Amino acid sequence: MFRAIIVRLMQSIPVLLLVAVLSFILMHLLPGDPAVVIAGADATPAAVERIRSELGLDQPIWQQLLSWFLSLAQGKFGSSLVLNQTVLSAVAERLPVTLSLAALSLAITLPIGITLGILAAYFRSSWIDAGVMMIALVGVSVPSFWIAILSVILFSVTLGWVPSSGYAPLLTAGPGPWFASLIQPAMVLSLFQIGFLARMTRSAMLDVLDQDFIRTARAKGVSEWRTVGKHGFRNALVAVVTVGGIIISLLIGGSVVVEQVFALPGIGRLVVQGIMARDYPLIQGTMLLFGFAFVLINVAVDIIYTLVDPRVRYD
Amino acid sequence: MTEVVLAAAPTQILAERRRFRVLRKLAAHRSFKIGLVLVTILVLCAIIGPMLTGIDPTAMSIRSRFKPPSVRFPFGSDQYGRDILTRVLYGGRLSLSLGLSVALISGVFGALIGVTAGYFRALDPYVMRLMDALMAFPAILLAIGIGAALGAQASSIVVALSVAYVPRTARIVRASVLVIREMEYLQAARVSGAGDLHIILKHVLPNCLGPLIVQLTFIFAYAILAEAALSFLGIGPPPPAPSWGNIIAEGRDYSVEAWWVMLFPGLAVSLAALGMNLLGDGLRDVLDPRLKIET
Repeated sequence: MFRAIIVRLMQSIPVLLLVAVLSFILMHLLPGDPAVVIAGADATPAAVERIRSELGLDQPIWQQLLSWFLSLAQGKFGSSLVLNQTVLSAVAERLPVTLSLAALSLAITLPIGITLGILAAYFRSSWIDAGVMMIALVGVSVPSFWIAILSVILFSVTLGWVPSSGYAPLLTAGPGPWFASLIQPAMVLSLFQIGFLARMTRSAMLDVLDQDFIRTARAKGVSEWRTVGKHGFRNALVAVVTVGGIIISLLIGGSVVVEQVFALPGIGRLVVQGIMARDYPLIQGTMLLFGFAFVLINVAVDIIYTLVDPRVRYD
Repeated sequence: MTEVVLAAAPTQILAERRRFRVLRKLAAHRSFKIGLVLVTILVLCAIIGPMLTGIDPTAMSIRSRFKPPSVRFPFGSDQYGRDILTRVLYGGRLSLSLGLSVALISGVFGALIGVTAGYFRALDPYVMRLMDALMAFPAILLAIGIGAALGAQASSIVVALSVAYVPRTARIVRASVLVIREMEYLQAARVSGAGDLHIILKHVLPNCLGPLIVQLTFIFAYAILAEAALSFLGIGPPPPAPSWGNIIAEGRDYSVEAWWVMLFPGLAVSLAALGMNLLGDGLRDVLDPRLKIET
């Protein structure tokens, strides 16, 4: 087991390096000059030049890449040009918001998506199946920010049940306001994922329910609940776990948009603000962290995969 | 000579029969039919619709600002008194052609890269690691970054979204190529002296077309949704020329008082994505029953 984790982590090193290079390239693709951004609108050309050489931007590009890699190796992700804080502290400050949103959204997505998928597979070709698949299809077809705005009109403006925007931290504001500030964004965010997960679970369950061991279980008198839940879902779980990485990726991508609609000060909003303000080190650093997080999550998914399905080995 | 003709005839008939079988299956597939009808209606609306209303989608009229849906303005009017129906119809031209471009570009480059990686095994690790690294960034973030780099215009959205979806397409094509290259007919072709290019064009590409087409219909749907999201974030096709995304984005500030401004373009996006998803489901069932959904 331990060996498998090491092997899998080693395999991800080239991808991590490439992710870093790509983050670097992406920043250098952005038009504009960071030195001008830092110096401000009415700086003299000499001041701009000085800042440029301070940042090392006058050096050849491969040298900049090298020195960035060296500072990364020391754990330095750089400082934001606009926020007056390091990239790491900016991310750490906003991480709880995004994590809260993601956790709540997963707590909604997993039970609903999986239950719907199992129901649709079990009652295949019935009206239940058709209904569930219709819900799932609508979930993956509706733009999330559009449904978010409609939801705000209904639940915040008209009914006044939950705030339309803003975030209430768990520790200072208490669990009630925290939950109220996140439940609407989390539900909007879950819509797409529920659709996706229900479709995946259904097709995985359809494969499994046709297998011989299900018939055997029924024949020997195992209860229907146990047959489907234990024998069936346990095996379908393997296929569902493989899309775990995709679900997380959808969650991160979706939260960028949802945080923007509900003005939640999370990481997605941080990146978008960084890109709009041409805050180069911030973009570079956060993209890198996003990429790293994704690669590592996929490693975790692969390892969970070996736990769920002992047939799979990484050696 | 006669022998050659005789040998060729049965395979030709078989191929034709197979083609008809696929079409028959598609014609019997319910969600494929619904999707096809939806997409056809939307495409026709986008092509013909603007000619029928005969209104300039950017024509402003201060006196008819924020008119709710009525006979004169079936979908209402916006803050500049522009007709939303006309704007949605014109927006469909931009949004749908944008989705199509992204699907086609991702298809071409995805196939090229996927076949290269799958067929020329020596290149495989390098190519696929690069694709993995590109996939490590959430598609929407990659698109935001590239979109911001290239400037807010329709063409940069196409580039940005294609870069985001090419790796996903390449991975699917590569997976099919890996299966195909082990097939006996491929060994046979190689033994009889066919070159790599001939094998790729004649045997490999046609056989991974099924999964590729399925993937492209889903990419079409994602691209339409992503265009809307990017417009909302301020890096979509710029106003005043309408796209579904930027009409919603513009209507957002008035969403409570003038809900119709953002309601109808959002419905259009949803219906288009729904239609493409239904089409994709149908194609997947018929062309490639074993394929899993990839995003």
